[in-house]
Amino acid sequence: MNASVKPEFSPAAQAEIQRLIGHYPAERSKSALLPILHIAQAEFGGWVSPEVQDLVAETLGIKPIEVYEVSSFYTMYNLKPVGKHVLEICRTGPCMLRGSDEMTAHLERITGAKVGETSPDGNFTLKEVECLAACGFAPIVQVREKYYEQLDTPEAVDAMLDELRGLVHRPILSWEETGLPNSLSL
Amino acid sequence: MGRKLLTEHINVEGIDTMAVYRQHGGYRSVEKALKTMTPDEVVEEVKKSGLRGRGGAGFPTGMKWSFLAKPEGVPRYLVCNADESEPGTFKDRQLMSKLPHLLIEGMITSSYALGANTSYIYIRGELLYVLRILEKAVAEAYAAGFLGKNILGSGYDLDLHIHPGAGAYICGEETALLESLEGKRGNPRNKPPFPAVSGLYARPTVVNNVESIAAVPVIVNEGGEEYAKIGIGKSTGTKLISACGHVKNPGIYEIEMGVPVEEFIYSDEYCGGIWKGRELKAVVAGGSSVPILPKSLILKTAAGEPRLMTYESLSDGGFVTGTMLGSGGFIAMDETTCIVKNTWNFSRFYHHESCGQCSPCREGTGWLEKVLHRLEHGHGQMHDIDLIVNVAKQIEGNTICPLGEAAAWPVTAAVRHFRDEFEWHVTHPHEATRPGAVYHGGLVLA
Repeated sequence: MNASVKPEFSPAAQAEIQRLIGHYPAERSKSALLPILHIAQAEFGGWVSPEVQDLVAETLGIKPIEVYEVSSFYTMYNLKPVGKHVLEICRTGPCMLRGSDEMTAHLERITGAKVGETSPDGNFTLKEVECLAACGFAPIVQVREKYYEQLDTPEAVDAMLDELRGLVHRPILSWEETGLPNSLSL
Repeated sequence: MGRKLLTEHINVEGIDTMAVYRQHGGYRSVEKALKTMTPDEVVEEVKKSGLRGRGGAGFPTGMKWSFLAKPEGVPRYLVCNADESEPGTFKDRQLMSKLPHLLIEGMITSSYALGANTSYIYIRGELLYVLRILEKAVAEAYAAGFLGKNILGSGYDLDLHIHPGAGAYICGEETALLESLEGKRGNPRNKPPFPAVSGLYARPTVVNNVESIAAVPVIVNEGGEEYAKIGIGKSTGTKLISACGHVKNPGIYEIEMGVPVEEFIYSDEYCGGIWKGRELKAVVAGGSSVPILPKSLILKTAAGEPRLMTYESLSDGGFVTGTMLGSGGFIAMDETTCIVKNTWNFSRFYHHESCGQCSPCREGTGWLEKVLHRLEHGHGQMHDIDLIVNVAKQIEGNTICPLGEAAAWPVTAAVRHFRDEFEWHVTHPHEATRPGAVYHGGLVLA
């Protein structure tokens, strides 16, 4: 994004933001900050720049610092540019017991990115996160609205990467729009 | 085969839609409560049921409800805690994604009991796809007249909204969750005042776990006394257990309280034993923060009684020889598991998730992670083992919220029950850092 151009929300995002603000009492619209930051991140390339955060502050009528202190607290907000797909790799105990160390090593080998980096082709940012609440299907990677589960073989990891390489990157605002299969099993 | 009060219909095709959910008796509790019961009568049934908070603390839900302040003309709120993040726990995700209407039905009936006209479900941000499922179900509930103005002609109004978090374990603590719902950092609040008096927007608020709220419809439909007939003593009803780690069949199991731990682990009805034909080494029975127990103490109490899946039986022996049911996040570890590595992993988690507000937690969790890292990587000294216990004890009880205890307990319990393994890491650093080498009463090669 060109820093000199002030970012603006698309009409679809603006409508969604107004719907969300309506969920809270009139004088409590700041409550919509977390959901609006999610929308902003989806709108502006998977991360929230200072300019985008200022736009969020303006939208809610709050001070920029009130956005910065929140965006820096929660791990889902990316404060630096990211690749097309951010792979949120679970590293916590239950995933480790089922092979997340090996899964992560394989991901690093195949993508050419270390954890915390973006692959040279710009496709994948590897981000280690803590427990994703899917421990029975470990090891797990979360990519946007999808959980990739039981990635306990190189083949399973490769299949995930292949699927992601074929996806078109665009802002996602509704579940229907994603068209991704839901990964549940009980 | 035990009764399934929550998950009986979980695998029915289309159960996530209003039509199919209604065909299977859905929303009966809303009709019964709003048409034939006063709010206080609903609270009374929940009290009689003996239902205890399913998020981990096990506090009686009916009692929590009865603490709610009800000043005239002041709105009050029900907030559902769907910020499931305790490592080892994944029951709420399954429940919400497969049975969204069960949670919504529970929210309506519970909100009516509490006199709340606006309620929120705070769901962890990572579960965005589950949020979509819930939003779809909420829209169906509005369309069917179960939400909105004058529900079923009763004169009762309720709006229900879903609110996403954004990645912070601490927001599972109820006052941090409320801060987050107000659009702030998830720093837990000092208590008192408790949320029952001053919660969301400083209004009286009840915060309940997903599974607790999902149990309310069956309690209203069948009566609190019927519900309380299931289980043993003060552990009534059913509990969702998230089985993970090295069990053969990981997944969610709805058990009647009182199933023996040994049966839960080895019976084909549940976990089916340990994977790859291996031996069980240890279990963390209620989410990562509860004390780890070796096989001998998880199967039987110190007195030699069979250990049962109840609040009381799992905590038999206190923290010396017992643990806690907690959230029901049941993590099994086989004989090839390195307890030191696992403890370091958990400490890294708590260090990462500490909000930083209280010095003992902010600094202490960092020290735990650092010293455990050097023990695991063969650079530890013998006195480091006492050092981590000392640090853990200085965190415990000295913080605003229970994350301090959650960080301390896994460490003190691991050293208590597996001290020889920690010492082996100091005396045999080369073997301890060899890939695939673990200690299990001696060197074992995985």
